[in-house]
Amino acid sequence: MSLPTTLPLTDTASGHRLDFLLVADMVEPGSRVLDVGCGDGALLSLLRDRRQVDGRGIEISREGVNACLAKGLPVIQGDADTDLADYPDDAFDYVILSQTIQATRQPKVVLEHLLRIGRRAIVSFPNFGHWRVRVDLGLRGRMPMTENLPYSWYDTPNIHFCTIRDFVELCREVGAQMEKAVALNAGGQPMRVTLPWWVWNLLGEQGVFLLKRR
Amino acid sequence: MRFGTDEPLMMDAGIALAPWQIAYQTYGTLNAEKSNAVLICHALTGDQHVANDNPVTGKPGWWLTMVGPGRPVDTDRFFVICANVIGGCMGTTGPASINPATGQPYALDFPVVTIPDMVRAQAALIDRLGIEKLFCVVGGSMGGMQVLQWAAAYPDRVFAALPIATAARHSAQNIAFHEVGRQAVMADPEWRGGRYLNEGTRPSKGLAVARMGAHITYLSEVALHRKFGRNFQDRAAPTFSFDADFQIESYLRYQGIAFVERFDANSYLYVTRAMDYFDIAAEHGGSLAKAFKGTPTRFCVISFTSDWLFPTSDSRAIVHALNAAAASVAFVEVESDKGHDAFLLEEPEMFAAARGFIDAAARVQGIA
Repeated sequence: MSLPTTLPLTDTASGHRLDFLLVADMVEPGSRVLDVGCGDGALLSLLRDRRQVDGRGIEISREGVNACLAKGLPVIQGDADTDLADYPDDAFDYVILSQTIQATRQPKVVLEHLLRIGRRAIVSFPNFGHWRVRVDLGLRGRMPMTENLPYSWYDTPNIHFCTIRDFVELCREVGAQMEKAVALNAGGQPMRVTLPWWVWNLLGEQGVFLLKRR
Repeated sequence: MRFGTDEPLMMDAGIALAPWQIAYQTYGTLNAEKSNAVLICHALTGDQHVANDNPVTGKPGWWLTMVGPGRPVDTDRFFVICANVIGGCMGTTGPASINPATGQPYALDFPVVTIPDMVRAQAALIDRLGIEKLFCVVGGSMGGMQVLQWAAAYPDRVFAALPIATAARHSAQNIAFHEVGRQAVMADPEWRGGRYLNEGTRPSKGLAVARMGAHITYLSEVALHRKFGRNFQDRAAPTFSFDADFQIESYLRYQGIAFVERFDANSYLYVTRAMDYFDIAAEHGGSLAKAFKGTPTRFCVISFTSDWLFPTSDSRAIVHALNAAAASVAFVEVESDKGHDAFLLEEPEMFAAARGFIDAAARVQGIA
């Protein structure tokens, strides 16, 4: 399988990724879900087993698709940048884009498709505004490499980084309503909702957004 | 399996074919719940001998890589059925069969066959075997067309469908290739207007040319180059003649000759025609998605990167329609340079996908 775009933390008790558990909490049980860039199907199987969803996936790597097939997950080998256009409107209750938007060629177009195909969209991404990223770039003068973002600039699959503030702005631009927004700190734990945006943008390693078409 | 005059096969051409028969092979054991039956659908020139030595050619079964003990279609777990298509020449009623009305071979009096006719004949066989629902229907190329037709016509009788290297409609280019093949057969004076069996002749040359042409379409340029290049056949230099100087020529001639030994020329006309006519969407107001609307069947579609006869775009069209129909569908494009024939060859990625899909479906169905 192609390497994951980021290396998020896992919950030691269940073995599930913390951001996946957070996403799973946002999904109504029994709903129809499309996971775009579903990798080996870890999130889809979590959603199937815990939330009884009718889940589908798109994955670019053949190894990922085969891993999903072996889990009994209906996953299509395809590319978020080109294949979302083929899905009908309102086909899913939720379309999930987990740690993938920063690896797409046209994040805005992809986000618009998510909101068209799904009644709701869930997007999670690494926050490029995190203080460690800012230190790398601002003080060290180097492209950031963190535990969460382990790639050199020349071999990274991540070509469209954004900060939490940037993403909020994009949501406004495409007319998405934010139903829920969560920032995960370096420990993978949700930060207090009462904190202002600038704190999230500085201390959040990841942003997870539940969006709805306006 | 024989069907009498009281059980005609209702064909798309508007003819009730009776009596008729369908030749088939089975492997493995049907379980008590009759829930483990897998139907294998063969391609244009295939037959029912999918996993046993072919009685005509003496060669091993045509899909031993996919079907057999421990294979993705595991005959230790599943009851596997494979039947010769209607219009074929390996025991199922076809143009070489005797027309009861005349006592002579049907020849061109045999009604034109369609893919839905083939599937209807298989359904009659499955009924006769006492199987209500197939666990899985699997096939490549024309076999894949039958898989799609099964799912479209009998959605409640197919739990899982595995169409490989196929299309929901035959392309203009493919119809064109078939037409060239048919014209080669019919241009052979020994064809005798299709009545060669009566007249004791055989249009071997025409059928061999048809096969040679078709065989090229099953391969890829890369595969041809790797296998043959511009190598000479048993000679060091060109002979300045029209002898088979090149290995590829010799190979194609051999393929042509070997084919006419085992295949009936009129069957070739009929079965290629069935593929040409195939267009599932046409029967559903031009919408492929409508053909699969509300289908309970789970699908896994597989294509190959170098297949230019049934390219990935054909498979993607199926996948898009199934998505639009909210069907459960998986899709894998296998990286291979072997062309259309890849589905019959050693392709570990295809086996991995098929095995994953079938095993997961078997778990859901509770098949041990």
